[in-house]
Amino acid sequence: MSSHAAAAHLAEPRRMPGIGVYNMKLGMWVFLLSEVMFFASLIGAYIILRFANPEAFGLPGEVLNVPLTGVNTFILICSSVTMVKAFAAIENGDRNGLKWYLLATALLGAVFVGIQVVEYNVLAHEGFVPIASEYAAHGRDETGPLVGGPLYGATFYTMTGFHGLHVTIGVLCLLFLTVRAFMGKYTQANHGGVEIVGLYWHFVDLVWIILFTIVYLI
Amino acid sequence: MSTIVLPQDAQGHAAPHHDDRSFVRKYIFSTDHKIIGIQFLFMSLFFLLVGGILAMAMRWQLAWPSDPNVPLPGGGMLPETMVTNGIMLPEFYNSLVTMHGTIMVFFAIMPLLVGVWANYLIPLQIGAEDMAFPRLNMASFWTAVPAGLIMMSSFFVVGGAANAGWTGYAPLSVNEVYSGVKLGQQLWALSLITLGFSSLMGSVNYITTIVNMRAPGMTYMRMPLSTWALFITSILILLAIPVLTGALILMFFDQTLGTTFYQPQDGGQPLLWQHLFWFFGHPEVYILILPAMGFVSDILSNGARKPIFGYTAMVLAIAGIAFLGWVVWGHHMFMSGMNPMLGSTFMVTTMLIAVPSAIKTFNWLGTLYRANIRFHVPMLHALAFVSMFVIGGLSGIFLANTPVDIPLHDTYFVVAHIHYVLFGGSLFAIFGAITYWFPKMFGRMMNKPLGYVHFALTFVFFNLTFFPMHMLGSGGHMRRLYDPTQYPNLAEMQDTNVFITISALLLFGTQFIFLVNFFWSLFKGEKAPSNPWEANSLEWAAPSPPPHGNWDGVLPTVHRGPYEYASPETEADYLPQTVALRAPARTHEPIGD
Repeated sequence: MSSHAAAAHLAEPRRMPGIGVYNMKLGMWVFLLSEVMFFASLIGAYIILRFANPEAFGLPGEVLNVPLTGVNTFILICSSVTMVKAFAAIENGDRNGLKWYLLATALLGAVFVGIQVVEYNVLAHEGFVPIASEYAAHGRDETGPLVGGPLYGATFYTMTGFHGLHVTIGVLCLLFLTVRAFMGKYTQANHGGVEIVGLYWHFVDLVWIILFTIVYLI
Repeated sequence: MSTIVLPQDAQGHAAPHHDDRSFVRKYIFSTDHKIIGIQFLFMSLFFLLVGGILAMAMRWQLAWPSDPNVPLPGGGMLPETMVTNGIMLPEFYNSLVTMHGTIMVFFAIMPLLVGVWANYLIPLQIGAEDMAFPRLNMASFWTAVPAGLIMMSSFFVVGGAANAGWTGYAPLSVNEVYSGVKLGQQLWALSLITLGFSSLMGSVNYITTIVNMRAPGMTYMRMPLSTWALFITSILILLAIPVLTGALILMFFDQTLGTTFYQPQDGGQPLLWQHLFWFFGHPEVYILILPAMGFVSDILSNGARKPIFGYTAMVLAIAGIAFLGWVVWGHHMFMSGMNPMLGSTFMVTTMLIAVPSAIKTFNWLGTLYRANIRFHVPMLHALAFVSMFVIGGLSGIFLANTPVDIPLHDTYFVVAHIHYVLFGGSLFAIFGAITYWFPKMFGRMMNKPLGYVHFALTFVFFNLTFFPMHMLGSGGHMRRLYDPTQYPNLAEMQDTNVFITISALLLFGTQFIFLVNFFWSLFKGEKAPSNPWEANSLEWAAPSPPPHGNWDGVLPTVHRGPYEYASPETEADYLPQTVALRAPARTHEPIGD
């Protein structure tokens, strides 16, 4: 599409009105629909496995660190708030606000991933692993019997791991946006990238709220 | 005629169409939807050939099971772990079965219907200059290629290719103690995960393009049924493929990490794989038929020189099939031990889905009724689609009934059903579509006599191959069976197996006529005009082949639907969508939605 690139400053061709949302935004919404189905398959598998065989899993708080993860959840929600602030800033032409709120969002996201990694390490050290031969999770009470089985670890790490992967990708995108914001590339009229990464980020946050509820609280 | 102009400079000249791309950027790493469609075409024709060869090897074994007097041709070239003394090993037979199904479904039919035609047709039929995300489109093709390479590589690894069936049921597929295959199954899972990303990228592109980039006047209800079918199929892909991806990831973890998602020890469930796979798998089979139905509607209308009968009903039927397709997956699992009440529920929903399919069939017949038909080669393929799909659909009704499915499940009756819909349906539609749009793609016509001969022989040999399978299945002949003659009741039917194999070999041989026609016509075919079939939809208003950007700077304006054949408003028996008639008697139609 070399002719388009060259004529980017000229008007867009007239077409049917479409859905009233620019291509990248529609594309992101459509992509997020597919992500809903992906996480639904993992969560659905977990629900089926857990309700068929509750003894293979642990009760909330027996093995997992609910308070720490609760704080982590709060951090992620805060990052969604800063994302909204960043977008609102550039909608109003506040390029300074955009820069700092984007940076804040990226940092909060990175903290979330960091705490998850620390948690993974602690759990693995305690014997909470997805592999049958090495499973040794006794929960909070180290002298008690094994809590759940390797399937508990397998489902936990798969669901939270893929979520963490999505968060990491989000943080990288946010860093990319932050760098561009500091370079002054976004204006009140042209900030589509911020909006679509924002959509993705809110989605990732929403998935986490669902995961946290199902895996840590119920 | 009102024209819509792409960006212009101050002097009113359209932005210069400078096509100074290198060869690599034009034909290898191209972002042009037409080139990407053609790339998918070459890739999937290759896999269609591979899938066919695998089937021929299977049929050889079934006709002359372990018969030293009739050694497998080419068996001498294969390693001892696959074929010894011209007789294939049972594990290799299972691999053939698995890879034939997997390659045909995922690397031949799916890309031939979606990868090729969604890419090639959508921007042309809606009047856009390219897809919404051209670079994503390129990424989609170049992700499919490694997926195919991974799948093919699995033949060459220790243990051989996957052999747990294209449905990959656990625990057979996750535990090499049962299947004898470790690396091959892992590669199978990885390949399909990769291909899933390719499909997903494509579907995001197709949906966004159709929603947001239709030319002025192209309302939703003026889109050709090919576009409608591809649109709805893309939504199915968007929502179903991620479920398969999730299921495959869990399978891959079972295979490599020692988790037990699908294995009974430590709380896993083999049934979980079946539910996840078929929740994807049933929408998948509608992905494999809906685009074909769309092409057939366009070709039938063109050959009959009549509007498609009941356009709105056709659109609603496509949507109905797509919607109902989500609630029937259990009919693949009638024999899994489910509660009979649940089985009844799936039976009812499955029979319901026959209704929109029947509506489409009657509307195709209505299109043909009292028509002055032009029996061109694509038309013959479209007619074959209608008749063969009806047969496949009818055998589907038998299977939909739970008590009837009990003796027929996993027999050749099912094999007959799936091949009537996939070959008799989808593949005939694909042959028709290729012949129909070949002139647009390559600027040349395919050879007509070869086309007629290929069609006739394919039609005959196809029926001779697959119809007797209904009898075999009713007689109790199971699927995926290495040596039927070991069972006395099946040994009685062995003549049928020999007959089927000979027909299949002739069917396979006939396809070389198509291949020769295709490649010969690429270079020596008669030069094609822009509208050789005297059709109405937008792609025929562009040159054959269309230039990069399709419309030379000026998007077309659409004045009517794509099925105005035999219109009273004009003398010709067709009336293209872009033609503006002078002083129309009706009131001025608004361009907006």
